[in-house]
Amino acid sequence: MDVMPKWADVVLVPIVSLVLAAFLSALLILAIGESPSEALKLMVEGTLMRSAGWGYMLYYTTNFIFTGLAVSVAFHAALFNIGGEGQAMIGGLGVALVCLFIPWPHWSLAIIGASFGAAIFGMIWAGLPAYLQAKRGSHIVITTIMFNFIAAGVLNFFLVGALKPKGSMDPATANFPTSTHLPTFEDMAQILGIEKMFRSAPANVSFFIALLACVAVWYLIWRTPLGYEIRALGKSGPAARYAGVGSVKIIMIAMMISGALCGMMAINTTQGESERLILNFTEGAGFIGIAVALMGRSHPLGVLLAALLFGFLYQGGAELALWTKIPREMIIVIQALVILFTGALTLMVRAPLERLFLAVWKG
Amino acid sequence: MSKNPAIELKGISKAFGPVQANKDISIRVMPGTIHGIIGENGAGKSTLMSILYGFYKADAGEIFIDNQKTLIPDSQAAISAGIGMVFQHFKLVENFSVLENIVLGAESGAFLAPSLRKARAELDELAAEYELNIDPDAVIEDIGVGMQQRVEILKALYRKANILILDEPTGVLTPAEAAQLFRILGRLRDEGKTVIFITHKLREIMEITDTVSVMRRGEMTATVQTTDTSPENLAELMVGRKVLLRVDKTPAQPKNQILEVSGLNVIDDAGVQRLKDVSLNVRAGEILGVAGVAGNGQSELLAVLGGYQVATGSVFVNGSEIDLTGSSSDGQSRRARGIAHVPEDRQREGLIMDFTAWENSVFGYHRDPAHQSNRFLMDNVAIRDETAAKMTRFDVRPPNPKLAAKNFSGGNQQKIVLAREIERNPDLLLVGQPTRGVDIGAIEFIHQQIVALRDRGKAILLISVELDEILSLSDRVVVMFDGQIMGERVPSLTNEKELGLLMAGVTGEAGQ
Repeated sequence: MDVMPKWADVVLVPIVSLVLAAFLSALLILAIGESPSEALKLMVEGTLMRSAGWGYMLYYTTNFIFTGLAVSVAFHAALFNIGGEGQAMIGGLGVALVCLFIPWPHWSLAIIGASFGAAIFGMIWAGLPAYLQAKRGSHIVITTIMFNFIAAGVLNFFLVGALKPKGSMDPATANFPTSTHLPTFEDMAQILGIEKMFRSAPANVSFFIALLACVAVWYLIWRTPLGYEIRALGKSGPAARYAGVGSVKIIMIAMMISGALCGMMAINTTQGESERLILNFTEGAGFIGIAVALMGRSHPLGVLLAALLFGFLYQGGAELALWTKIPREMIIVIQALVILFTGALTLMVRAPLERLFLAVWKG
Repeated sequence: MSKNPAIELKGISKAFGPVQANKDISIRVMPGTIHGIIGENGAGKSTLMSILYGFYKADAGEIFIDNQKTLIPDSQAAISAGIGMVFQHFKLVENFSVLENIVLGAESGAFLAPSLRKARAELDELAAEYELNIDPDAVIEDIGVGMQQRVEILKALYRKANILILDEPTGVLTPAEAAQLFRILGRLRDEGKTVIFITHKLREIMEITDTVSVMRRGEMTATVQTTDTSPENLAELMVGRKVLLRVDKTPAQPKNQILEVSGLNVIDDAGVQRLKDVSLNVRAGEILGVAGVAGNGQSELLAVLGGYQVATGSVFVNGSEIDLTGSSSDGQSRRARGIAHVPEDRQREGLIMDFTAWENSVFGYHRDPAHQSNRFLMDNVAIRDETAAKMTRFDVRPPNPKLAAKNFSGGNQQKIVLAREIERNPDLLLVGQPTRGVDIGAIEFIHQQIVALRDRGKAILLISVELDEILSLSDRVVVMFDGQIMGERVPSLTNEKELGLLMAGVTGEAGQ
């Protein structure tokens, strides 16, 4: 029964989940003989108290916005896209081809071209499993996860072969031409006359493209007839059939939009940061996208907030690894706890919270 | 009868959040009687029975069985107190035999065979005692619905039930099967069992019960001897106002042919032929009723006409042929050609339960330029306003377009679907089970709306398993059995018995 007010459901449940995850993490840090309060202080100081920390956090956030939105769009059609990793990798290939082989006069044009390249490549990579699901009934979870491995293989193949510069020992492409390099937050601050801001942090203009993508996805899902059809199919297959909403078409479109968004992550990592295509540049962002979408309730605003949180955890985790004896693995455990509580265990939190809330509400 | 009541409820109350489902309910049911409980959907009948069967715990009140105060914390306790329940949706394992289903949950020992042997012997006795003839080795999925219901009754009797509760037992039965059920219930009563019979159908109450209790909005409004009351009286007690039980309509004035179906054949994925050479036609200004027991091809007929089932044969609407191959013809293109469709199952097909009323109010018409504010975006504000007006016109309660469809009662959900389909002013309206699970007050309104559409000169194809509804609404009736049209009748010149025979596939002497 829908009794808890919506704001409590949307705000209270994630916050309580987060507090629980933080509490367990604190116990873990205590158990290995470190101080949780010190750790938290380090994370906050290293991330939020200095501009370079923000620069790193927003860099990660950008990735998570793209993958989180991608998973959300598929979720609305009741499709579970676990293939974000693979779609992003292939998107990276698209970015590399666009940046290496087209002579761009200016970064502003290059980023548009690279966005298209990334989106189209990601779209194709999601389109194949989508077709298998829509036409043959092969389960999208199985196929997308298999396509992650294929994508890694494809990327490998090109990076040790055709795209590797002659004589290089490194499985990576050549550096992209300077004209395709994206302005970082540091560059932008300098243009505004502010020196020593965001020093050498990787956040770049693609953050704003991610924000635009949030707005675009909101319009798509809640305002267009296509979004209406995606949601209708996601909520009820028989009803969609009755209304004449073709499931093959909608599954294909929803997955291809999802794949395009995943692919676009590569403009941040590949064009914006490494400025060449390298192996494993996705660093699990495709999977984090699932947690971001779950926590953000598949709503663009929620995805933005959840992506900020996970950006904070990533950057804060790096700080911990740098300044404490807390091992890198422990940081992954902490991130996993947050994913577990905010994603998978929200139902566990919601029921008792609802009871408590009603008891207090009634007085 | 000066005996103790078989079961007595005193002051039962139950609330779900702010909703008071049962308010201070007290009844006495005497042994060896059939006691009817009637009320609209949401009146609290099912809640009350769930309390009696241990699914819910009452907030207040006491239950007495044979004058003993009894606590029923779970269904196990209900069974040991001698209460048996036959649910509306049977709880049988489809690929088990009758015997296995009856033993399920009551088996003893490590091996199954002794339990089955014991059950077989007892089953023979029970069958003889209550004339519940059934083959213990038949597999559930192979036997008819009426038989499956008997298995449910046997299950309860096998567990030594003295009080049998039946929840809307006739919903899935043909008139003949229902008559058989009533005979069995009569027999159970004669053998001293107590039967509690829950229904929303007035006719059944009048036919079978000794006493009847009426529920309205969680309260027990009256308990009377059935012989002392009338359907009109009961309806008034249920709804709280005078209700028109008959449909008020003038003779039809049919005009030009709107729908012409000929030689329709459908073979489903499993290779079963669902429609066999079906031909029919509907003219403007008339209602063609399609009678039949559920599952005899009516759903497939609606699906073909509604555009989501491929078929062979031909369908003409307004003189132009419709593509039945499905490649270029789906629900949306059918709607564009003036075919509106109120589907049989509003919760599965007609509505998206998680969508708001306003989102549902354009479902299937969402690509109509009238709902677009520009080439790309839907005009949500206009849709909301329009929906609010529609909800007022169709008396949907509460008239709040922002509420999710699942939060409306069955009758109000149906009104949302009906408003969406009728307000388009379609040339042809396909209606499936328009009043299934809808309360009496809303039934009256829905019937009026369908007749009003007819009187505006539109063609209506009505499919219903409720014979009463078919007979009172239709201008002509065809009967379907096993995917075929068995015959056509005029309601004023036929009766339930004749239609009942056609519904069972008997044509011989019923053929004119």
